[in-house]
Amino acid sequence: MNTKRRKDVFRKKATPYLYLSPTIILMFILLVIPIIMVIRYSLFDNVIINKNPQFVGFANYAAVLKDKTFWIAVKNTLYFVIVSIIAHLIIGMVFALVLNTRYLNSRTKGIFRVLYALPWMFTASVIAILWRMMLDPNGILNYLIVTMGISEKNIAFLAKRDIALQAVTLINIWSGYPFYMISILAGLQGISTDLYEAASIDGATTIKTFLHITIPQLKPILISLLMLDFVWTLQQFALIWMTTGGGPVNATETVSTYIYKQGFTKYQYSMASTGAVILLIVCTIIGIFYVRQQRSEG
Amino acid sequence: MKMRKVATIGAAALAMCLLGSTAMAEDVTLEFQQWWGVELPDGALQEICDGFTADTGIKIDLLSNPYADTKTQIAAGAAAGTMADVVGLDGSWVYDFAKQGSIANLTELMDASGYDASQLSDQIKVDGNTYMIPVVNFAYPLYVNTDILAEAGVEEIPTTWTEFFDALEKIKTNTDAMGFAVPLSSEAPNGIQNQVSTWLWASGGAWLEDGKPNMVGNEKAEKVVDFIKDLATNGYISDGAAAMKEQDMVNEFENGRLAFMVDGISHLTTIKNESPDLNFDYAPMPVMDDYDGQRGMDVANWGIGIAENCENKEAAIQFVEYLMSPEVNAKLAQLANAFPGNSKAEPDYSANDPLFLKAFDIFQTGYAINEFTGAPTSEDLMRSFNEQLVLYIDGDTETAADMLAATQEQWEAAFN
Repeated sequence: MNTKRRKDVFRKKATPYLYLSPTIILMFILLVIPIIMVIRYSLFDNVIINKNPQFVGFANYAAVLKDKTFWIAVKNTLYFVIVSIIAHLIIGMVFALVLNTRYLNSRTKGIFRVLYALPWMFTASVIAILWRMMLDPNGILNYLIVTMGISEKNIAFLAKRDIALQAVTLINIWSGYPFYMISILAGLQGISTDLYEAASIDGATTIKTFLHITIPQLKPILISLLMLDFVWTLQQFALIWMTTGGGPVNATETVSTYIYKQGFTKYQYSMASTGAVILLIVCTIIGIFYVRQQRSEG
Repeated sequence: MKMRKVATIGAAALAMCLLGSTAMAEDVTLEFQQWWGVELPDGALQEICDGFTADTGIKIDLLSNPYADTKTQIAAGAAAGTMADVVGLDGSWVYDFAKQGSIANLTELMDASGYDASQLSDQIKVDGNTYMIPVVNFAYPLYVNTDILAEAGVEEIPTTWTEFFDALEKIKTNTDAMGFAVPLSSEAPNGIQNQVSTWLWASGGAWLEDGKPNMVGNEKAEKVVDFIKDLATNGYISDGAAAMKEQDMVNEFENGRLAFMVDGISHLTTIKNESPDLNFDYAPMPVMDDYDGQRGMDVANWGIGIAENCENKEAAIQFVEYLMSPEVNAKLAQLANAFPGNSKAEPDYSANDPLFLKAFDIFQTGYAINEFTGAPTSEDLMRSFNEQLVLYIDGDTETAADMLAATQEQWEAAFN
């Protein structure tokens, strides 16, 4: 009798794990093993190229951290990420508020919702080609700039070292704000109108209503958005690679392009792995904050 | 009786083995990853591969993608040991893949199969062994927009640097077009090979000596670097060079906004199709004023190699030999607007554009050269040169000698 009960208990406890096992196995193969491999690579001298790589401890980390180009990449990445997420937040919020206003009818709102969300629908390669054409010295933006007398000469936005990073950041801002807009709009529509009516009765101004009702109500969404965007923008590669390739010189070099070059043009896979592990650590820290924030909301 | 039984069993076993091996040969499928299929006329490469299957029973699974994608996929396959059996290679990748041990030693495979390698016009070697065979070669002559030259009042296509500068000045003064283009994008730094180095090679110069960087005190190299800077500072080259890719340059030329460009003849058909009204011609590269020697002409190639992880190397080398056979190689060269990799191949270019024949004539008057083919971390060499050149053009580096010394320092790390 006891044995049967034990079997039942075991079966009851094991069943959920059996259901989870396909996912766990897949995650182990596709996520855990590659991460372990990359961490291992970062601790050896040049793996893959070298048939018998030697364990070198943290020597690769010391080499990467001493590399001037890596620090330029870190500086550029921070600029790219911080400016992008701030601009995403502001533009996304403004557009969401516009689309949530009661002064526009639903048809107009529908049209603008589609228009404003369009950049989110394009793949990185389409965005890169589109903006390369627009920012070209013979492109539409330069035509407008010269025609309107803003500048006498064409501006090579992506080819000038002093403005290339700003140009690439602008492209990323354009491509990323709809995610904020759609998420904030969903949040705005979930805020009870009672709160706004109460504020209106109390004589609150529009700004005070925004600061004391809208923002606190949207706070959980905004924090999630900022954290996710930070991680995504930190890892942005395709857009930068296809527009400038990290150049001119290293004006738009970011950590992701630095890692790619180490791996695929210098064939220094250990160094590339080291850069990737550093990026992984930063993303993991943000991820932990994100999970904690999600739990506290729960 | 016993003996007969043994003999019968033995014969049956042998027959089964033979049947088995025949079945195995029929079952062999080779993956062939390359970018050629995208650039050849639709279905042309498949047809060539079908010919091989008809002859041998070995199937070819074509994996055709654009050049950049192919490069990334092959590099990833090399790192993971999952490279396709037979791969299209660019000369600039060979050294690294060979050192990595991801591509097979073709010298050994050709010896084992008894192939006569003397018919190959070139072999790309690392440490004395062949790792890549150029299947077809593409020359990089000077493209000239004859309409722009006529509008600018340039009567003769320039043959020297001084004449070239004179022509560029007239183009700048008398037309809305740009004179020349130097694509210096960091993403694809092959502008250093095709639009910068080509000026040096045409005048008999070289970046390397005995296979090692030789830029310090290299007078011709300094002249070329200064020449490129002069093109930029005089406003003769298209704006935005530092973000320009080769395709952007071709687009400018196709749109009639560029008077001269150095580009592969592989683009001839595309340009003719996309801009049928464009009047252009081929010419040899202008050379330094005091140079009267033979002109070196930049060549790129579609090379072929075999993955070290290929399980059917015998079948793979058989396929390589098929592509390099005089008839098939001639057909490929004709279809690709290229020159054959087999010296005995005689392509029938009668159906090709007359301009192609002109390029062929120009090619034959000089010699083929590309110092980046088979060089270590070739793309990175171009990128470091590219960065130093941009710094020099922008005025961050004072002299061409300083720029070349800085480049040499970076190159030496790769060559040592």
